[in-house]
Amino acid sequence: MSISQYIFWFLSFVALISALMVVFSKSPVYSVLSLIMTFFAIAGHYLLLSAQFLAAVHIIVYAGAIMVLFLYVIMMLNLNKEAEPHKKPYIQIISFVAIGLLMVTLIGTLKEAEAIAPSNIANNVGGIGTVEQLGKVLFNQFLLPFEISSILFLSAMVGAVYLSKKNLQ
Amino acid sequence: MDPLLIKAIIVLIIFAITLLVATYSTWGERKVAAFLQDRVGPNRAGPGGLLQPLADAVKMFMKEEIIPSVSNKWLFILGPCISMLTALMTGVVIPWGGDITLGGQTFNLQIVDLNIGILYLFGVVSLGVYGIMIGGWASNNKYSLLGAIRASSQMISYEIAMGLAIIALVMTTGTLSLKEIVQQQDAGFANIVYQPLGFVIFLICAFAETNRAPFDLPECETELIGGYHTEYSSMKLGFFLFAEYINMFISSAVIVSFYFGGYNFPFQHELGLEGNWLTIVQTIVFFMKVLGFVFFFFWVRWTLPRFRYDQLMNLGWKVLLPLALVNIFITGLTMWFLGKI
Amino acid sequence: MLTNRSKQVVKREMTWFEKAYFPAILSGLSITIKHFFMKKATVKYPEVKREFAPVYRGQHVLKRDESGAERCTACGLCAVACPAEAITMTANERKKGEENLYREEKYASVYEINMLRCIFCGLCEEACPKEAIFLTDRIVPSTFERDEFIYGKDKLVEPIDQRVDVSKRQTPAVLEFKKDKHFKHNKTYLDKMLGKAKKH
Repeated sequence: MSISQYIFWFLSFVALISALMVVFSKSPVYSVLSLIMTFFAIAGHYLLLSAQFLAAVHIIVYAGAIMVLFLYVIMMLNLNKEAEPHKKPYIQIISFVAIGLLMVTLIGTLKEAEAIAPSNIANNVGGIGTVEQLGKVLFNQFLLPFEISSILFLSAMVGAVYLSKKNLQ
Repeated sequence: MDPLLIKAIIVLIIFAITLLVATYSTWGERKVAAFLQDRVGPNRAGPGGLLQPLADAVKMFMKEEIIPSVSNKWLFILGPCISMLTALMTGVVIPWGGDITLGGQTFNLQIVDLNIGILYLFGVVSLGVYGIMIGGWASNNKYSLLGAIRASSQMISYEIAMGLAIIALVMTTGTLSLKEIVQQQDAGFANIVYQPLGFVIFLICAFAETNRAPFDLPECETELIGGYHTEYSSMKLGFFLFAEYINMFISSAVIVSFYFGGYNFPFQHELGLEGNWLTIVQTIVFFMKVLGFVFFFFWVRWTLPRFRYDQLMNLGWKVLLPLALVNIFITGLTMWFLGKI
Repeated sequence: MLTNRSKQVVKREMTWFEKAYFPAILSGLSITIKHFFMKKATVKYPEVKREFAPVYRGQHVLKRDESGAERCTACGLCAVACPAEAITMTANERKKGEENLYREEKYASVYEINMLRCIFCGLCEEACPKEAIFLTDRIVPSTFERDEFIYGKDKLVEPIDQRVDVSKRQTPAVLEFKKDKHFKHNKTYLDKMLGKAKKH
């Protein structure tokens, strides 16, 4: 095995273990910390795929901002066993089905991706994954989806502002 | 010599210099504070109190280590470790100087020239808050928790404005590598000429990110009796305090690299210096600039009072964020009119 | 309005310029940097000593006369005058052959001042009829033990070869003042003190 393969197995191991810790740990703070570990392992995977930009943004956005907010909320709320909400059975079934569908979709997509991925990554053609390449692809080939997703974020922001203002009155 | 060995030596030297500067920042802080208040500061240990940091370190190591019985032991220890780790990690991408030639081989004084240097810096800085949060939470003390919560909300708020200020800089320089940014400033003017507003925003955010006064709400002594490090003693407290000084040093280095030409100085090519000598002079100039900014950090701390919490949030969200957006807009417009894009 | 210096305070809305805070911050910074270069107020204590005022009241001394005999006659007036009750003493009769040691026939074999009780008011030297006790400009050093603050004769009586200068406390005016025991102030004060002591 080459060194990158060793790193791959190590990162996968860390990612899986910490992902399981997210689900099984009793304290929500531990869950959040394990989730951060998972994100780091996945960022390591991105680096192995020579997608440095994605790795850096992954760390900044998820580990650096979103999980800080999660931790912030959990510390503020001081969650414990009694405060845990009890879900109704039909909600549990619905969420189970939804997650299952998502998983099927992901597996299907990854199966398609398998055909093109290895050749490009192994040769690292034209420095894929660098900021320049990503920017060119994003603003030429995928300009419309990119702009649409930014509009989605804008609407989410407006919604958040509206909800917080409504509670004030 | 083996290139890897030389790189390792450079890493060690930079590591040592970072720690040394941070150590003497404690002395410098006390001296500057004293001088600004018409006192003389520490002057007993060694000439001019120069051995004071040593005495402080000995004191820190000798003190009793207290771990609160109801706290989470491992997270309690992890907090200062993360703070120290992230503080030291940021020094990797700083270009401390130009090339140096040893035995026919050329080496760069920057440890790694990442092509995503700015993003790396930004990522590591955004992780720095975990040390404070975990440490504050694991202390199981309401003041520590309040300090941790304040730290997290402050960091998130000011990171956004900071990132937007950097985006305007990246627009003008067209690169994410710190080395290239510094080299571009050799040819033209320093970036502060192009990005005055961006510099001011970045500077204010740097103060907030390092938790220095007037943004030292996470540890404000008067309200939170030390904030997140209320329960810490001995060298774990030392790590937290030390991390703050390292952060300050690194932020000064980043500001200098971004906006003040890094290791370049005016008329450096007219001096007639070549190769290693030029590099050495450049490095010295770089450190002088950085120490100037470290002094500015001290100066501001002992001049301005602490913000109130709502003022802090207002400044971050209602002033700096729109200003940073306006800065991006102006930068884009100017570049468009000048035909750069 | 007692003076015409009072000012009407107006809390007006800040202008845009003032709200930007930058001018205020800059003026603040300029003030502090001015102090950076100013003369420092610190006196580096053990090397440089601040000059005491002539009326400074520090550690006591029990004086000897010109020939080296102790002036104190253990009359107890200082102990009576002491508002903090810091002074105790035991009187003893002078033996034959001790004339060069003690000036009067009676002397204090034990004389103690508790420096933790003493408030350094100087009433003891005011009460002393023999010019024996004076407060000097020496500082009582700090120690870790309480007993060490009870100063006996070994610390209070001035050594023969190292006389303590009390000329600042014993000015001609003071001597003149103390000479006249019928002086109203001295009389009433001593009467009052003695009366109080009798009552006890």
